[in-house]
Amino acid sequence: MTVPKPIFVPPRSEHPNVRQSELPVSAQAKIEVRQLSFFYGRVKALHDITLNIPERMVMAFIGPSGCGKSTFLRALNRMNDTIPGTRAVGEVSIDGRDIYAPGTDVVELRRRVGMVFQKSNPFPKSIFDNVAYGLRINNLASSKEDLSERVEKALTDAALWPEVKDRLKTSALGLSGGQQQRLCIARALAIRPEVILMDEPASALDPIATQKIEELIVELKRDYTIAIVTHNMQQAARVSDRTAFFWLGKLIEINDTERIFTNPDEKLTEDYITGRFG
Amino acid sequence: MMEMLARQNSRRRLTNSIMTSLTALCAFVAVGILALILGYIAYRGVTSISLQFLVDTPKPVGEGGGIGHAIVGTLILLATASLIGLPIGIAAGIYLAEFGDGWFGRIARFVTDTLTGVPSIVVGVFVYTLIVLPMKHYSALAGALALAIVMIPIVTRTTEEMIRLVPTSLREGALALGAPQWKVTMGVVLPAAASGIATGAMLAIARVSGETAPLLFTAFGSRFFNYYLDQPMASLTVQIYNYAISPYDEWHAQAWAATLVLMALILAINIVVRFVTRKKF
Repeated sequence: MTVPKPIFVPPRSEHPNVRQSELPVSAQAKIEVRQLSFFYGRVKALHDITLNIPERMVMAFIGPSGCGKSTFLRALNRMNDTIPGTRAVGEVSIDGRDIYAPGTDVVELRRRVGMVFQKSNPFPKSIFDNVAYGLRINNLASSKEDLSERVEKALTDAALWPEVKDRLKTSALGLSGGQQQRLCIARALAIRPEVILMDEPASALDPIATQKIEELIVELKRDYTIAIVTHNMQQAARVSDRTAFFWLGKLIEINDTERIFTNPDEKLTEDYITGRFG
Repeated sequence: MMEMLARQNSRRRLTNSIMTSLTALCAFVAVGILALILGYIAYRGVTSISLQFLVDTPKPVGEGGGIGHAIVGTLILLATASLIGLPIGIAAGIYLAEFGDGWFGRIARFVTDTLTGVPSIVVGVFVYTLIVLPMKHYSALAGALALAIVMIPIVTRTTEEMIRLVPTSLREGALALGAPQWKVTMGVVLPAAASGIATGAMLAIARVSGETAPLLFTAFGSRFFNYYLDQPMASLTVQIYNYAISPYDEWHAQAWAATLVLMALILAINIVVRFVTRKKF
């Protein structure tokens, strides 16, 4: 498969190719994670993760199954809160505000940090109502016309509008797998979040649908900060600007994507990239 | 070698066809019994049914009469019982499914299961002591309450099961859009489980529409049209019971006809509820 667009390589002056830990706390970091550990009961799934997610870029998280990358992603919008017996220690700041601080409005947080899941999960409602759901519950549309416009915009941004514009009132479950996933992206975009978390968004899709999603991700980073978990290393290489490699709940290396895939600092990263394990 | 394989093959095929026939036979017996009952009721009941029978009140033996009052009574009793029982049962089911993992939920679940197994006549006696004795007379309200108590555990458990079937991914999808918990439950989980919950409600209504015991000393029965909940009220089941134990052939025939009407009523409720709650998406 051809890469639709050249990978965006940030200018060196802004992003020197060094380990993240050596980077100064840059002003353009959208999300700053400091010493984040996460527990499922007594099991420690994340060990003191410290990293920055830069604004309006795509950050990829790679690593073998069970390495904690999904747990990490779900810690960024506190989706792990829904699992009983879990606990997070450390700090995750979005725009400088710690989302684990007491008194944080989790509902408001999730409105700002949207999420797309591994398995597409459209509601058993019409296509229109799926996209309108977030707008309605958050009272974001001022009128019926405004609602329709926002739904159309979201579907257009998710590159789904031409395919569904004549069947908005039909069930979302009648769409193909790839369309359903793009509908879920449209649903997340509709409420204009600042960050979009994607948990292996293309793992259940065929190559064509995957390509569409990937093109979309590259497109979306103009307006959004995107964090994506993927099993597929080529995908990480194609869509992301920065890549973090997780292994056994630890952050092994974080670097510019090009660097990680051509000349990683860590032996472990190299072994994983080259397929020696995982 | 080949011979042995062939023999094993033919034995496998034989076992397969025997077992398939056996299960088919059992399915036939199960459906057959139901068909026999329905057929026999229709055969015995249809001769006594007329428009007059459906709208009239009972008359002395030999003068005809009808069960209009009992049809109306059953409908009022079922509606009132549903009004009391369904909201409580569905709300309790939502609680058990969404928040019922603690000790209170476990106890509530156990009590509900126990309540399902309580004989309905016990419920009748309970309501008799609770409502009828203080009021000093039988009433439709007492009957409806007894029916509601029979409905609640059925509705609660089916609602819980149906809500638990809604995949976690749907809830997470809604939560990720900034929906507060109650909006997730009301706007996404309940609609997704609606047809299942309706089926449970329907089962409960069908179940109590055939109940006689809880009504015998609560709604009691009546020979007249009654639209007031504080007065005794006729119901098809009690009417059938009274006619069936009478010594008159004419009343026996009317009991069969009333049974047929009751079956038709349950079927109609089923169809209406299915239609109203059919899966739209």
